[in-house]
Amino acid sequence: MVFTVSLYASLIIFFLGLIYRGGTWFQREAGFYGQEMSASARFFSAFQSMLAVIFSPKIVRLLQAFVLDVLLQRKILKESVLRWAMHMLIFWGFILLLFMHALGQIVTDSLFSNYESTLNPYFFLRDLFGSMVLAGVVIAVIRRFFLKIPRLMTSSMDKYAIGILAVIILSGFLLSGLKITSETEFSNMVDEYAGWLSDEELRALESYWVSDQGLVSSDVTRPFEADVLQQGKQAHESYCAYCHAPAQSAFASYSTGKILSPAAGAMDRAGFVGILWYIHFLSCFIGLAYLPFSKMLHIFSTPVTIMANAVMDEKKSKPENVATRQIIELDACTHCCTCSLYCSAMMGYEARQNTYILPSEKIAPLKALAAGRDLDEAETRAILEGIYLCTNCDRCTVVCPSGINLRQLWLNAREKLLQQGPAEPLVLSQLSFVRGLNRKKTPADIYPLPLEKADNAVSAKYRPLLDPDRSIDLTPPAAGRQLASGFENTFSYCFGCQNCSTVCPVVGNYEDPQEQLGLLPHQIMCSLGLGLTETAMGAKMIWDCLTCYQCQEHCPQNVNVTDILYELKYMAVAGVDEARQNHDQAGGLR
Amino acid sequence: MERYIFFIGCQIPSRVPQYETAARAVLKKFGVELADIRQFNCCGYPMRNVDKKAFLLSSVKNLALSETQGLDMLVLCNCCFGALKNAEHIMAEKGPLQDEVLGTVREMGLDYQGKTRIRHYLSVLYHDTGIAAIKKQLHKTYEELNIAVQYGCHALRPSTVTQFDDPAAPSLFDELVAATGAKSVDWTNKLECCGAPLMGTNDALSADLFSRKLEAAIKAEADFFCTSCPYCQIQFDTVQQMLVEDNAGQKPLPSILFPQLLGLSMGIDPQTLGLGANKLDISKIESYLSKDKE
Repeated sequence: MVFTVSLYASLIIFFLGLIYRGGTWFQREAGFYGQEMSASARFFSAFQSMLAVIFSPKIVRLLQAFVLDVLLQRKILKESVLRWAMHMLIFWGFILLLFMHALGQIVTDSLFSNYESTLNPYFFLRDLFGSMVLAGVVIAVIRRFFLKIPRLMTSSMDKYAIGILAVIILSGFLLSGLKITSETEFSNMVDEYAGWLSDEELRALESYWVSDQGLVSSDVTRPFEADVLQQGKQAHESYCAYCHAPAQSAFASYSTGKILSPAAGAMDRAGFVGILWYIHFLSCFIGLAYLPFSKMLHIFSTPVTIMANAVMDEKKSKPENVATRQIIELDACTHCCTCSLYCSAMMGYEARQNTYILPSEKIAPLKALAAGRDLDEAETRAILEGIYLCTNCDRCTVVCPSGINLRQLWLNAREKLLQQGPAEPLVLSQLSFVRGLNRKKTPADIYPLPLEKADNAVSAKYRPLLDPDRSIDLTPPAAGRQLASGFENTFSYCFGCQNCSTVCPVVGNYEDPQEQLGLLPHQIMCSLGLGLTETAMGAKMIWDCLTCYQCQEHCPQNVNVTDILYELKYMAVAGVDEARQNHDQAGGLR
Repeated sequence: MERYIFFIGCQIPSRVPQYETAARAVLKKFGVELADIRQFNCCGYPMRNVDKKAFLLSSVKNLALSETQGLDMLVLCNCCFGALKNAEHIMAEKGPLQDEVLGTVREMGLDYQGKTRIRHYLSVLYHDTGIAAIKKQLHKTYEELNIAVQYGCHALRPSTVTQFDDPAAPSLFDELVAATGAKSVDWTNKLECCGAPLMGTNDALSADLFSRKLEAAIKAEADFFCTSCPYCQIQFDTVQQMLVEDNAGQKPLPSILFPQLLGLSMGIDPQTLGLGANKLDISKIESYLSKDKE
């Protein structure tokens, strides 16, 4: 009764969950591009394109991806044999258990006429497949909790996935192990299949089972006479063997039974067989019902992602399909952290300790954003910084075993956060190079907004200092802060020859350079000499510096002009961080 | 046989992969062996504007990884080269930031002592292989081909740090180009920046700087730009293509990567050199090649 009710309940939740998650694939969007498409348009576009692929030569690529990347998981093998073994053991072990054991009555029974779970090869295979999963789970635990793999983060979802698999398999082994030892199970079987035997024959049979089949009995005790065992064996062969293979065939359960045997009698009487049975099927049903909402959904979303990316062309694909695929991709991430292992920006993470810089850690917040969840100010800032501190080297996309086109995902999500989020000073770095290359994808009127926001954040408070009509106070402490590192203090050697400004290609580009740039390089050196550090920090020049080092190269006084401009930039950015910290501490964050 | 650790950075694998394949093919012919380290990360250059520590950590970790191999580093990208050299220069000083960087690198089980020599691709060809040896490998030479070489800022300057060539009158790249029979033309903006560092932060200024270079190169009757840096190449190739699309009627001046130019005259096939991977068509370069040498 409990079994049937919970089975149907979990099946209903499972299917409703799948429909719900599948629905989100067509409703949500991962970022900026493709925001105005309807769910139905995306659904029909996906349907059409799938049909088109099936009836085109691309089907070969699709099948190839299915065999090599889904079934054989070639990309994981390239990465690490251990990881490949882990995933293959769990994947194949579980699939085979599902069809042969869990769906035994439906699948195996219809395929093989002699199916009986206690007969070989099924009796043996159930243990083999279970052991495969268990071995995979052990490797997973070792990898996640014992091996020191750089930047491999373990979330609660990863722990749940490992945990539910472990509970299902361990409860299964304990259950079948205990059943082998169980006197109650033995007498039930005898009642059913050999109830007409005499007491003497029964004792002989029981002795044989204790001696040879792992049974733990309170009725018979060792040592057994050879002729009793012989008689028991005959009874066994006549009444049991035709539908019960030797218990040793279920090698793992048999060993479990042996380990349990000192306590087996007590456990049997306390009803542990029943308890374990409940744990086993309930954990299976919980796993099933929760699957659409857990990372185990990847058994559907990852193959879809791998095959979609095998046939989709980045430039030619319909935007509707890209939008849909990107939401599926968010569900396809298994948090394996291969991307973070090879991320080119990894030292940015080490420097800033913002986990969102690591690609694997960005997926969860992007999912939350796609679901329309509001994130608080500090969280949004952290994600924006994380997604912008990326060198666009595409390594994550190349190594992702789930075949996610992370490159395109970052571009898309980045633009949305840049447009809607707070100012991000990183926008003023060469990390913006790729955004510049892709500028035609963003409407021209809003493309500059993130740059303006960032410029405002780093410079706005210093800009009034640049007003030419303002009288300059040269008495201390107008000096402001000193430049950070000692050896950049070379500005004091400046004798005002203006070579730096003369050779600067940025200055040379304008007819009215001072209006455009605020201060020219030599004026910045002069300002610093006068202690007007903050005035210098407000000059647009420091952000329009190409870092071409012409100024520094041509300085007759060995002033490290370019390096000093770098230091001014660091100070301006530090000002933003400081202001934000004060704001957060003052309760700006709730 | 010479052996180097190969550092290709981020832009080359993602946007200019032909630079890598062409460079590898050329070096192979000269017997230079390359070792790859998968754990390399960004050189730190793109973070340098806003985060000194992230920049230093990135460069120093790469150098520390190279030290474990005991080999020198061969760098293809000018900006990677500049960043690594600058980081080396900064790390030679003592300071709290330097200590912090060393601490983090040591926590990762690495160490940095500044032992790795950071070499630019062109320097290795010029100084180690040598013009004479290069000439021996040529199957064909170019005739009446005018090339505008783009040295690139971060290799040349600051010269005390990069020690690449004479910053006021460099000749290394010109001589390498001349070895192939092509003529390296004099052009006014030769040593100027390509504009790439401002791409994405001030696109108009970046485009202006490139346009000036383009004008100067056309005025000097160059047939091609020739680059040795992915940023310069993207600016001259990808970005120029974008600008040409915007201004109908403008004639582009295509850009060829140096190992593509050299490789063709060495008889390496155009496919290996990735000629087709350039955005602007450079196939006419082959028409400047002379007949096979005897």
